[in-house]
Amino acid sequence: MATEAITSISSGNAKLQMRHMSIAFERDGKTIPVLENIDLEIRNGEFICLVGPSGCGKSTLLNVMAGFLSPTEGVVEIDGEAVRGPDPRRILVFQDHGVFPWLTVEGNIEFGLSKFSGRERKERVAHYVQMVRLQGFEHTYPPDLSGGMKQRLQVARALAMNPDVLYLDEPFGALDAITRVMMRNELMRIWQAERRTVIFVTHDVDEAVQLADRVVVLSSRPAKVQDVHSVNIPHPRNISSPRYLEHRDELLQKIGLAYSV
Amino acid sequence: MVHVRPILKSLPRLRPILFVGLLIALWQLLIHRVPGQLLPGPFQVLRGMRDLLQHGLMVKYVVASLFRVTWGFLLALVTAIPLGLTIGWHRRAEMAFNPLVQVLRPISPLAWIPIAILWFGVGDLSAIFLIFVGCFFPLLLTAISAVHNIPAVYVNVGRNFGLRPAEFVWKVLYPAVAPRLILACRITLGVAWLVVVAAEMIAVNSGLGFLIIDARNAGNRYDLVVAGMIIIGVIGLLLDQAMRTLERAKSFRWGYSEE
Repeated sequence: MATEAITSISSGNAKLQMRHMSIAFERDGKTIPVLENIDLEIRNGEFICLVGPSGCGKSTLLNVMAGFLSPTEGVVEIDGEAVRGPDPRRILVFQDHGVFPWLTVEGNIEFGLSKFSGRERKERVAHYVQMVRLQGFEHTYPPDLSGGMKQRLQVARALAMNPDVLYLDEPFGALDAITRVMMRNELMRIWQAERRTVIFVTHDVDEAVQLADRVVVLSSRPAKVQDVHSVNIPHPRNISSPRYLEHRDELLQKIGLAYSV
Repeated sequence: MVHVRPILKSLPRLRPILFVGLLIALWQLLIHRVPGQLLPGPFQVLRGMRDLLQHGLMVKYVVASLFRVTWGFLLALVTAIPLGLTIGWHRRAEMAFNPLVQVLRPISPLAWIPIAILWFGVGDLSAIFLIFVGCFFPLLLTAISAVHNIPAVYVNVGRNFGLRPAEFVWKVLYPAVAPRLILACRITLGVAWLVVVAAEMIAVNSGLGFLIIDARNAGNRYDLVVAGMIIIGVIGLLLDQAMRTLERAKSFRWGYSEE
């Protein structure tokens, strides 16, 4: 079923392509396989969520895509070019503590912009401060920001680099439930305005169904791609509509959970 | 009655001064009660300080001591911190350096006095060298551990944003370790101030340490001994306060608060 979903995409407009990718970690002299034989194609401008049981290697997969980890076998290509390391064209947003506490909001956003002229920098900072709604906090240091504001700042800093792929590693995982829902709306609004390719790791099935064009379901460790699930509901998605619930239940079943206690 | 309020309001600020005043009064009282020469009284010490000022010795010795501390401390700063950051960053360098550092570190800087005199003779250079030795190892070890404690996420963000190596050092490494280093500088400057007094007792013929040992040897002028001790204490306090103002910088504050 999974392979069907993958091959149905014409490989002509693939943004990111992963073929036979495996990665194993060495620990105490033993080799522990984490991801096994992953095949994946992601289209330009797509919003992809990676879900799976906790500890299955979702973050590892994201870190391989972002170039922080090298696969043991197989290749990852973006625009037909092999990923060899982290690259400013693709920015990763971390779950927690990702913003620099020694820089103000403004300083964080212009962190990677030193090669631009002063005017260009100013314009980008102003643009993204507005986009993530941090106006009035330009000169505030992160210890004085709330958790949600810090994550918005991290997204703004990433977007200011004008990346073609945005990786998000459980970016709202450390936030409370209400802030999390608000952040999803913000992210959806930003994605609709900017149309980057977004690859989003989450353990929250609701989050995945609300955000994703396609949800990649990983099995438990050593993880394989168990399924690729398309969510063909237009945005904004009504979380109590029968269609939404159908998708959610289907996904939960694929992960091996039933929504009853 | 009207004037009482402002005085009461400033009471918390005056409290340490009042307390010191009380102790000085007690000191005077005890000197008066207990016969013998246990300690000169506060007035004798004040007269001693006046003598020192009148002969121009107070300024001269304070400047001499501060001069040595400044150079010894700065030399340690500009060598130990870059070296420590480099060693901390490269695990292999650390494995090579660590045993040597661990052996040299517990040796009191005072144990270097004979070597210092052998190499540099009696004079400023010896004292500066001793202060350098006293400051170098604490700063080196702090710099190494500060690098180890940089959260991986800051390093990863730096790598992700494509910084050149020099940019990485300036924009990530340095700010990430700065709060710890500034704290270490404050403590180390205190150590330098301790070492200079001891060094001056043996390796030079000026400075506050020399004043103390000379006042005793040249005629049991204990009023000058105590005057010297008080000057050392006050200057040490001022140095510490000056370093503390650095810690209040907004871009360092994150490093001292518990989040």
